[in-house]
Amino acid sequence: MDTTITLHVDGAEHTLTVDTRTTLLDALRDRLGVTSPKKGCDHGQCGSCTVLLGDRRILACLALAVAHDGARVTTAAGLAPDGELHPLARAMVDHDGFQCGYCTPGQVCSAVGMLAEAEAGWPSHATRDLTAATELDDAEIRERMSGNLCRCGAYPNIVAAIREVSR
Amino acid sequence: MRPFEYTRPARAAEAVAAVTADPGARYLAGGTNLVDHLKLGLTAPTALVDVRDALDDTVRTLADGGTSIGAGVPNSDLAAHPEIRRRYPVLSAALLAGASGQLRNMATTGGNLLQRTRCVYFQDVTTPCNKREPGSGCSALEGHGRDNAVLGASEFCVATHPSDMAVALCALDARVRVLGPDGERTIPVNGFHRLPGATPERDTVLSHGELVTAVELPPPVPGARSTYRKVRERASYAFALVSVAALVQVRDSQFVDARIAFGGLAHAPWRARRAEEVLRGRPVTEESFQVAADAELAEARTGRDNSYKVPLTVNTLASVLRELTEEDR
Repeated sequence: MDTTITLHVDGAEHTLTVDTRTTLLDALRDRLGVTSPKKGCDHGQCGSCTVLLGDRRILACLALAVAHDGARVTTAAGLAPDGELHPLARAMVDHDGFQCGYCTPGQVCSAVGMLAEAEAGWPSHATRDLTAATELDDAEIRERMSGNLCRCGAYPNIVAAIREVSR
Repeated sequence: MRPFEYTRPARAAEAVAAVTADPGARYLAGGTNLVDHLKLGLTAPTALVDVRDALDDTVRTLADGGTSIGAGVPNSDLAAHPEIRRRYPVLSAALLAGASGQLRNMATTGGNLLQRTRCVYFQDVTTPCNKREPGSGCSALEGHGRDNAVLGASEFCVATHPSDMAVALCALDARVRVLGPDGERTIPVNGFHRLPGATPERDTVLSHGELVTAVELPPPVPGARSTYRKVRERASYAFALVSVAALVQVRDSQFVDARIAFGGLAHAPWRARRAEEVLRGRPVTEESFQVAADAELAEARTGRDNSYKVPLTVNTLASVLRELTEEDR
C-alpha cells in the first residue's frame, strides 16, 4: 500500500511514494540513491545502517520509512557536505580505523551520535557510578560502540580514532 | 512481508479503537522487534497502528513518591533520566545492559515489555514452533538448547523472555497501566508475562486491543541497596544466559527484606519468591546466599544443553548478594 512521504536527507528535501513495507534503509539506498548507509545483516545486529535521525543514532534497517514522514536524516555522507571530512571521519583515516570500509559509514554515524550522548551525560553499562560525570575511557568507548560490528577487526584503531575526537 | 495499512493516530483511545476493531492490526512503537519479525515472516499484520504520537513520553513523579514512566519513553532516555539513575539505579543499569545504543534510542518502554519471548526456532519459519504455529511442535526440546528455560517451562515451549528492563521492573514491583476497549486497568508486572503452559503463543496477559500506556514504580525502598548483574557470552550486546536484579535491606547483619528477579531462565522474568522468603530474617552469611539460591533453583528442569544454567544462576545470585552486603559481614 503506497504512501507519500517527505524525507530531509543530508540537507536535501525529497518527496517520494513508498510501499508501507519499505524500510528507511531501502528508501535511502534504493529510492534516493543515498548509499552511504550500508545493508549488512538487515536485522539490527550489525550497525552498518546506522544514521542520525535528528541528532540520535538509529538503525535504518529496523525503521519503516512511512513512520518517518518529515524526518531529518543525516548519513555519513551528509557529515561531509562539501567533501571536507568530518573530524571523526578524518580520525578514522588517520588511525587506520578500517580495512574493507563497509562498516565505516555506520561506525562514523554511531560515533557522532555516541559522543553527543556522552556530552549530554548519559551513562553506559561500563559506567561504575551512574550519578557521576561521564569520562570516556576506552572501556566506555567500546561498550557504547558495541552495536557496530567490524568483521575486519579494526576495533583498536576505531577506538583510537574516537578517543582522539572525544578529547 | 505481507502488505499492511499504516496509520498514526494522535490519541491512545483512537489507537485502541483501531486495533480492537481489526483482528489483523498490531501496534507499532519503536519497531526494533516487530519490524525484524515482519521481515522474518513471523507475523503478518494487515494494519500497523503507530502509537508514538499517542503515547506519553515523559517520566513523572507520582503523589505517593513513586514514578510514572510513559510507555513512549525511549529506553535510552529512561536509562539516562536523572531521577531514575538516582532513585531506581537497578532500572537504569538493566536498561544499559540491554541491546545497543542505536536500539535503545529507538525502543520504547512499552515495546521493551512487549518484545516477544523467543528462541532461535521461533525466529526460523522453516522449523516447527508452538509459539509461532500452535500445535506444530517444539524444535528446541531436542534441538539447540543452550538458551532454553530451566524454570516454569512446558513441553510446549522452552523459550526465554529476553528483556533486561522487565527483570528490574519485577524486582521493583512495578505496575503496568493498560488502556483497552473497556477502559483502563493496572496489572502488576509480576504476572504481566505468562508462563507457556499449553498456549505459548501468548506472551502476556493482554487481550487484543489492549495498549500499555505507562509503567508505574512504587516509591524507592528506604535504605535498600540494589544492583543488576548480567552474565552473557560476550561483554556487550548479547542476551543474558542469566541476569539478576536484586534489592536488599539489611539491619544488624540480618536480611530484613530481599527482592530478587531473574532473566534468561524462564518464559517470563522470574521473581525469586522462594529465595526471598529464605533470606528474610536470616544472617548475612555465605551459607544464607547458598541456601536461598538453592531453594529457588530446586525445581529447575534442565535438558541436554542447558544444565549449566543452574550452577551459573546459583553462583551469580550468591555473588550479587555478596556484593550488596559487603559492609554487613
